[in-house]
Amino acid sequence: MRWTARDLRSLAIGLAYLAPSLVLFAVFVFIPLGRTFYLSLYNTRATGALTTFNGLDHYIDLVTSATFRSGLVATGLFAIYTVPIGIALGLLLAVLLNQRLRAISVFRTMMTSTIAISAAVGALLWLLLFNPSIGLLNYVLSLIGIRGPEWLIQPAIAIIAVSITTIWLTLGTNIIVLLAGLQGIPEEIYEAARLDGARGVRMFMRITVPMVSPSLFFLLVVDSVAVLQAFTQIHLLTRGGPVDATRTIVYGIYLDAFQNFQFGFASAESVVLFALVLALTIIQFGVVERRVFYQ
Amino acid sequence: MSRPRPFVVRKAGAYLLLAVVAILVAFPLLIALSYSLMSESDIVTFPPPLLPAHPSLDNYEKVIATIPIGRYLLNSFVVSGAVVVGHLVTASLAAYAFSFLVFRGRNLLFFVFLSTLMIPWEATIIPNYMTIRSLGWLDTYQGLAVPFMATAFGTFLLRQAFMQIPRELWDAARIDGASSFRFLRAVVIPLSRPALGTVAIYGFLSTYNQYFWPLLITNETLMRTTQVGIAQLRFEESLRWGLVMAGVIMVAVPTLALLVLGQRQLIRGLTAGAVKG
Repeated sequence: MRWTARDLRSLAIGLAYLAPSLVLFAVFVFIPLGRTFYLSLYNTRATGALTTFNGLDHYIDLVTSATFRSGLVATGLFAIYTVPIGIALGLLLAVLLNQRLRAISVFRTMMTSTIAISAAVGALLWLLLFNPSIGLLNYVLSLIGIRGPEWLIQPAIAIIAVSITTIWLTLGTNIIVLLAGLQGIPEEIYEAARLDGARGVRMFMRITVPMVSPSLFFLLVVDSVAVLQAFTQIHLLTRGGPVDATRTIVYGIYLDAFQNFQFGFASAESVVLFALVLALTIIQFGVVERRVFYQ
Repeated sequence: MSRPRPFVVRKAGAYLLLAVVAILVAFPLLIALSYSLMSESDIVTFPPPLLPAHPSLDNYEKVIATIPIGRYLLNSFVVSGAVVVGHLVTASLAAYAFSFLVFRGRNLLFFVFLSTLMIPWEATIIPNYMTIRSLGWLDTYQGLAVPFMATAFGTFLLRQAFMQIPRELWDAARIDGASSFRFLRAVVIPLSRPALGTVAIYGFLSTYNQYFWPLLITNETLMRTTQVGIAQLRFEESLRWGLVMAGVIMVAVPTLALLVLGQRQLIRGLTAGAVKG
């Protein structure tokens, strides 16, 4: 493979078009990623200046740190509470919205409105609903005889409150993606199944779910990554508390870097976050896509 | 023409179910709107009221008097607008190279672009903060906007759109002696308006709704964006819920308007990565 003058010229032209993006990606994505790895090997001053080389000490500290381990648990719980329920709810609502009715688009707009809502706005809305004295959530629960919890004060419940808020915030995206998946199912498949006597729940489990499985797996990854990155709702609802119950990996990075000024240690946490997101993306591209049903 | 009754009943049932579910989903927003029109004393009555007894805009006036909400909105619009322009320029140029130009290493470079999607912004936030600080860009518009001006997702979306443009147009333009940049400007861009609209709406929403980054790099009240500014109300000594909800509505209205106006573009963007055509 020799490079001719023409090859070089066409490469130069191509790079000229790509240059604005490549420069920005280099400065704000690739180099910072490298610096994150680098910083994770050092001790730093509160200003961020490097002091001493530390090798893998920060990583060893991470493994032995009870706070970080509880952070992994909090992140895992957050994902378990948020992702499956969010997707299931999205699928139910998408099926409901996948009807040929007049003015159905009004309902679609209303139910998918959360795609335009920021995490900050969503968190403030739910902060009001979770409020133990004036919030409507506990009032409604009291009407059916349940004494509502102190949503943001009990550690085991606070992570659920954050999850509920996140489910609501991601509902719009989930509905839209699944609705597009449902609309891609050919009508003939339903007709053939109907002729075979399939109805209702059976039809849903045997035809609908397998046919939208690409969308389901796409959301499984996208929603899990979103959970790993979630910061705003935690900051505004619980600030990582009570007693670190909602201190997820990202929130730990924020606290360690920008409250405790341990940039080296926080960089090691960032590397773990990166590795988790990378693993999820590789699963999406590699393992899962092969097993999912495509037409 | 009279329809058989069960059909009508079933249809009414479908609408009823849709209406109930839609109200439940939108409930947090609806209750915010309602509370924003209530006085503080109404809000704390028991049982919690659903609708204001005496609707008034007092809370909105108080928001305007308490925080520089106009300035926050201006900041958010300037930053989001700058990112939108950045996305349209950088992604059009890159998508054009990835669709019309032929050069060695093109696939590798496309993979480099896509690989940025696997790197969570939060994992690089510490060095990025240091970069912005050393550039002296804390509390500036460029600090808020420049790091986000390139988009792999937008490039991917535009590349798909550009590849729909018939090759013959390109050949004809080359024979006429048009430069490749002129072809992009005169033919490709005008033919790709819907996709450019999707990229623009996406860029605007994702920037306008940011919280973590503006929280980190702005300190001056007058440089805060809407999301950070409004969230400050939450950390005040005494939480005035009517005030917070009025602020929330004011901040959410631009994005909700965008949702209604640009719904088709948004849906196209969201489903682009999800469904295999």
